[in-house]
Amino acid sequence: MAAQYLAANRFGLGRRFDDPAIDDPKAWLTRQIGDYDPAPAALAGLARRDAIATAYAEYRDERQAMRREAKDATMRDDGDPMPEAMRRMARAGFRKHYAEAAGARLAAAVATPTPFPERLVHFWANHFAVSADKQTVVGFAGNYENEAIRPHIMGKFADLLINAVHHPAMLLYLDQAQSFGPDSAFATRVRNRGKRKAPGLNENLAREILELHTLGVRTGYTQSDVTAFAKALTGLTVAGLGRGAGQRLMPADARPGETLFIDRLHQPGAQTILGKRYDDNGARQAEAVLRDLAVHPATAKHIAAKLARHFTGDAPPAALVDRLSADFLKTGGDLPSLYRTLVASPEPWAATPAMFKSPWDWTVSMLRALKVPALGERQNIAAMFTQLGQPVWRPGSPAGYDDKVATWAGSAALMQRVELASRIAGRIGDRADARALAPLVLADALTPDTAQAIARADSPGQGIAMLFASPAFLRR
Amino acid sequence: MILSRRSIILSGITVAAAGALPGFAYAAAGTPKRLVFVIQRGAADGLATVAPTGDPAFAAARRAMADETAGGAKLDDMFTLHPALAATAGLYTGKQAHFAHAVATGYRDRSHFDGQNMLEGGGARPYGRDTGWVGRLLTLLPAAERDAIAIAPAVPLALRGTVQVGTYAPSRLPQADADLIARLTALYADDPLLHPLWDSAVKTQELASDIGGNNGRNGADLGKLAASLMLPADGARVMMVETGGWDTHSGQRGRLAAQLRGLDQLVGALQTGLGPAWSDTLVIVATEFGRTVEVNGTGGTDHGTASTAMLLGGGLSEGGKVSADWPGLGAAARYEGRDLKPTRSLESVIAGAVARHYALDAKRVMTTLYPDA
Repeated sequence: MAAQYLAANRFGLGRRFDDPAIDDPKAWLTRQIGDYDPAPAALAGLARRDAIATAYAEYRDERQAMRREAKDATMRDDGDPMPEAMRRMARAGFRKHYAEAAGARLAAAVATPTPFPERLVHFWANHFAVSADKQTVVGFAGNYENEAIRPHIMGKFADLLINAVHHPAMLLYLDQAQSFGPDSAFATRVRNRGKRKAPGLNENLAREILELHTLGVRTGYTQSDVTAFAKALTGLTVAGLGRGAGQRLMPADARPGETLFIDRLHQPGAQTILGKRYDDNGARQAEAVLRDLAVHPATAKHIAAKLARHFTGDAPPAALVDRLSADFLKTGGDLPSLYRTLVASPEPWAATPAMFKSPWDWTVSMLRALKVPALGERQNIAAMFTQLGQPVWRPGSPAGYDDKVATWAGSAALMQRVELASRIAGRIGDRADARALAPLVLADALTPDTAQAIARADSPGQGIAMLFASPAFLRR
Repeated sequence: MILSRRSIILSGITVAAAGALPGFAYAAAGTPKRLVFVIQRGAADGLATVAPTGDPAFAAARRAMADETAGGAKLDDMFTLHPALAATAGLYTGKQAHFAHAVATGYRDRSHFDGQNMLEGGGARPYGRDTGWVGRLLTLLPAAERDAIAIAPAVPLALRGTVQVGTYAPSRLPQADADLIARLTALYADDPLLHPLWDSAVKTQELASDIGGNNGRNGADLGKLAASLMLPADGARVMMVETGGWDTHSGQRGRLAAQLRGLDQLVGALQTGLGPAWSDTLVIVATEFGRTVEVNGTGGTDHGTASTAMLLGGGLSEGGKVSADWPGLGAAARYEGRDLKPTRSLESVIAGAVARHYALDAKRVMTTLYPDA
């Protein structure tokens, strides 16, 4: 059993060049649960919600102004090439927030002294995925992970769920900010004026919470559960993003980018979900539903299976799933207890290198292994991960990135990795010695074949590239 | 192609030397001297590059590979140049090429890592120096000849020192070279997941990679690029060019021919690109150590000791000559019974050539470039 390798790679993000040897792998991991810092230094100084919301609103306002001007200009026949350039400039405002947060995320992962919780941050951010291919989400994606996920991965699952659902990134991504109670005070007024179609319900968030975040697909909930839950969620929206239907109802002191519950948007009345009646007590109605969903046996099983797959491979052993599920139910979704049970279980310690690192994990583990900076100061982090096939916070679907070997182990993807390893090795040259690094980072999983291949490399740089492209380094 | 100085990256900072030093571009009296150091990483086989076909033990030791140099230029009674080095042969005829044979650094083991460190660092033992011989040479040169650059993503050890050095890594030069790909193919051979993935990746990958690729044209491109960086009035005067893929443990015949064809075209393109400046240019081609006298079981040669170094240039005073204190290839004459025995230090060959090129005091050059010698 390659316990040191598994602790560092399967549970962690690869060994850092300056990490001491892992003497007791299980103790090393459980200790990190207590040592976890939800606000690491690398993330300090990132833009706050109000700045992110304002940058997006400005971009949108300017874009609209440009369009109007462009239209006027066309009519006056004195077309001006400037609007396009200005549009791009305005766009850069919220794109910058995304780029800075992606860079900080990488820096935090490379520096972290608690790689196991850091991996769990990435795991939960992917479980509660938002995707930056929606323009409103781009600037918020990093803030979402840092403020909705990070502070709550060491508490109860219910609190993690509630914080994820209430963050502007999620509300915007799954259209909750545009979902209004069909019989809400606001919709009724619009309808009574008879001018236009009244704003209505959007089920997107309710459905994905049931299908992806809690119970899991085909676990017995019905369309009427989805609709009722969507109604309970109405009233939640995000301040400061423009002139949408609900925005006029915002209190004057609302800070841009804050999540608000606006009673006049909320569907009045009790809702029945999964056979239970929830009285209408405003914002607390949806929260009560979320708290029940969070400890539902189907949720326990869903989370247990996902966590087990992440730490054992494509076919998680049933015994492990059952054990984690039982722990989840017994503790009411206590996450640290779940992590401890995972570490104490024999199944994740099976020696077969069952998993293929994601591009993110693989890159982070390379950078952790090297003392000298492997990337240029001007390296575009976001572009690098896009090229490797895993754009940061942009899985393209609310299901997040698929967590299977076949997702990442493709032939073109492998060549991409070899080319990046080679490029990094070219930068490093002889400033790192792969022969010394291999036993450190691959520990008890360093095979004689790999050691020999590295030792026979035709240059120090080629040795580094061989190490990073070696079978054990590509896996976890 | 003339590259803007602004496009040259200096460890992440844009080179500002030309603009920062008033009159820099026009200060030199006469034509400034240029130096190009081409490193052959991976231990190039000197016995196939400049083959001692006149040595009675050569044919027997090289067996089926003894005719590797058939058709190559006869340099003298003893040596034949590899036929892939056609342009280089032309330089030799015009007394613009010199080959120093049976040379080696002070390194006597057979690790690429350690050997390259000695070749570049110029120390007495591996990792003994953290600056390089080219970097130290820069301190002896006038300001107008000190502007140095490496075609590499980072400053190689040879160029490190007290003088700031630029790097230029054209993104169009692919990074995963044929040799790395071949080694990974071997490493993945028994891996049920990686083997088929890699197989198909390699098949779809255009192997337009290192200097040997694309029938030598990659070497020509590299030479053109090097010339374009060195030709302008405010261009680089000292240059290091990295080449890999010389570690021919198997299938040496085809691989080495491709490598040498690439090197030959690199040199040819450099000469063409530099034009009249070629007569004030010295090119040094050297490798960390040589390869075994005997051919191994896989049509290749293994890590050895002495090899060949090349000196090329329009104003070469020692051109048209192979210099060697030839030790012979008989079993008893070999180093440790297997390698070409080093009879002259590569350090002295390099220091001597550099001193003549720049008209510097030979002793001063030697103690600066190789302070431990």
